[in-house]
Amino acid sequence: MKKLLTGNESIARGAYEAGVHFAAAYPGTPSTEIMENIAQYEAITSEWAPNEKVALEAVIGASIAGARSMASMKHVGVNVAADPLMTFAYTGVNGGMVLITADEPGMHSSQNEQDNRNYAKFAKIPLLEPASSQECKDMLIEAFEISETFDAPVMIRMTTRVCHSKGLVECYDRNEKAIKPYTKHMSKYHPIPKHARGMRVRAEERLEKLRVFSETTPLNQMILNNSEIGVITSGVSYQYAREVFGDTASYLKLGFTNPMPAAKIAAFAKEVKTIYIIEENDPIIEEFVERLGIACKGKEVFPKMGEMTPDVIRKSLGQPSFDTIDFEDLTVPRPPAFCAGCPHRGFFYELGKLKNVVISGDIGCYALGFDEPYNATDFSICMGASISMGHGAQTIFNKLGAEAPRVISVLGDSTFFHTGINSVIEVLYNKGNSINVILDNRVTAMTGHQENPGSGYTIQGEHIGEMAIEPILKTLGAKRVRQIDPNNLKEVKETLNWALESDEASFIITRWPCALKRFTEADREEFKDAFTAHCTVKTEKCIGCKKCLGVGCPAISFNQETKKTTIDPNVCVGCEVCLQVCPVKAIEKEAAQ
Amino acid sequence: MTKNILLVGVGGQGTILASKLLTIGLMKSGYDVKMSEIHGMSQRGGSVSSQVRFGDNVASPVIEAGSADILVAFEKMEAMRWMPYLKKDGKLIVNDFEINPMPVLTGRAQYSSDIKSVLTDATKTDFVDASSAAMTIGNPKVMNIILLGALVKAMGLEAIDWHAIIASEVKPKFIELNKRAFDQGMQMIS
Repeated sequence: MKKLLTGNESIARGAYEAGVHFAAAYPGTPSTEIMENIAQYEAITSEWAPNEKVALEAVIGASIAGARSMASMKHVGVNVAADPLMTFAYTGVNGGMVLITADEPGMHSSQNEQDNRNYAKFAKIPLLEPASSQECKDMLIEAFEISETFDAPVMIRMTTRVCHSKGLVECYDRNEKAIKPYTKHMSKYHPIPKHARGMRVRAEERLEKLRVFSETTPLNQMILNNSEIGVITSGVSYQYAREVFGDTASYLKLGFTNPMPAAKIAAFAKEVKTIYIIEENDPIIEEFVERLGIACKGKEVFPKMGEMTPDVIRKSLGQPSFDTIDFEDLTVPRPPAFCAGCPHRGFFYELGKLKNVVISGDIGCYALGFDEPYNATDFSICMGASISMGHGAQTIFNKLGAEAPRVISVLGDSTFFHTGINSVIEVLYNKGNSINVILDNRVTAMTGHQENPGSGYTIQGEHIGEMAIEPILKTLGAKRVRQIDPNNLKEVKETLNWALESDEASFIITRWPCALKRFTEADREEFKDAFTAHCTVKTEKCIGCKKCLGVGCPAISFNQETKKTTIDPNVCVGCEVCLQVCPVKAIEKEAAQ
Repeated sequence: MTKNILLVGVGGQGTILASKLLTIGLMKSGYDVKMSEIHGMSQRGGSVSSQVRFGDNVASPVIEAGSADILVAFEKMEAMRWMPYLKKDGKLIVNDFEINPMPVLTGRAQYSSDIKSVLTDATKTDFVDASSAAMTIGNPKVMNIILLGALVKAMGLEAIDWHAIIASEVKPKFIELNKRAFDQGMQMIS
């Protein structure tokens, strides 16, 4: 039966059909929906892990225990999981194991554009690159066969357009795979140096066998149409190239790209006059082809960064593009903003007003706190880094004397459990004195509302009880911990001052749910009246001072004719932040109609 | 020949559901279909797009600038922003509806009052007052399905059983509401 599936949905279907028993992930765009969809299949035990390293380690354990198992994560997540990956690449598998990396050419929702194909080369493991939804499923099933045949973890590199594009996929039933027997095998699974040296040799021998496989597998496919132009390509770039050249070029479509098929590439080169290498991000295929002594045109023609979409290919080749109509001068930008009712608003409103502070940020919706109207966050690097970076910065500022800035580190609840908790240990263990804020909105919000240990629910929605942040901090040794309502500006301001007045490390937990969150039973009890009302501006009282616009709420607008503000009742959910900043009490809260 | 339909709007307006229903209809008609959208950060009140391509054998999942056969804008400023994607002589369907971007809300930029005439002069444009129609039907959220109805009419795909597709994809209590919205949209375009 054919279904219209995204690449992510197709991977999930593939996991089901391939007989996967165990899957784990940490959410991250564009990979998140893989695990959300796997969780729909009861035959697969699926988990949100607190971070990617833990996800991969759990999956490695499941593989060693004999089950087909898989992990999925965004490209930067593989950095977190790189430690177990590099050594599991030596030991090899028992049940087949596949790691999905979802890369982001174009950086639609990411902080960098790293090309994770490098990891496959680095780890000496097989790499597959699907170009369509159908290939996502087919290649995942094939990847498990490769994993078990060659005793290697296999990486599949998806990209945003493969993950989030829908296409038709032929679906079949599950091919049940029995859990393989586990036997103790220390020289295989215990990489003390004595064993690891043997593993190191076997990894090279395995690569040789995989080179032979790469030459013969239909995953690497020659499509001969024309002898003038030949395109060597992989992943979604194949589709882009096909869009531009159609049948006027020949293609060597590489679905299996580590190790690469030298003889097949040489054979293709004999069939065509000019070779273009069309690949997104790094020149990985190009450098291999050049090393074979085959003349080709790659990054000298096509860009090193961004997506290799058809318009980019055309422009690179000097071909005419389509006529366009442009109204740029009449178009106002629409940057992403905190939603109406977002619990980060009140906190960042007060945070942005503080003087002589440096704000260390993190990865999540609150990353938007750097922007107008808050202009708060100074820097951010990666998941969970705010508190440790803040500690390092504070340590240096402390050397500069009494006038030096205080550092306030901010991160979310899911980010706290990801790796922020390690950073808290760093601060407390080393007698740090930074101010640390956990913006607990009761869900992993940015990636589309996933559960996490702090929310108290599993990926299947089973209630397991909340891992509360406050007692965790206290157990780790935090002396100064306060939990506040971020919509109460007076409380936010007073608590920030309470922290700034002390020379010790302080911890503030802001606890209020994301306005878009689907409420659980526990939420309904704890946040009874949340988001059930809205605020209105009493026009006769409004003096048009625009103070309420300073909270940056998409529900509030300024009418240029009346010189007064209004609140859109269809957007406002009644968080009352604007109400507190109005100097003439012109904003009132009304119950929902 | 591959056809390109681009649906654009503001995060939260329901472009994803509308394009999902469209792709199911196209699939049932026997076309090869691809759809691409970007999730993540841009959803937070930002500009969003769903790109639908269909034909005998679709290659790229994304629509190039200057090649959309129909552009459906769920909001007027988004029509302006995405106009470079519309093919010369392409068809434009615009929801006569404004959502102020943050720079306009804070008074740092002006929402142009000329958008309607600028767009009408530029290409074949149908304005659909989906907002008022949705209020009449009783739920502002069905704007997306009204616009889907208008799009289906513009594409000449009335023969597909859209009511059945709606029934299979939306929650039971919203099926009748969405069917009405769809029919209303079909009538709102010439």
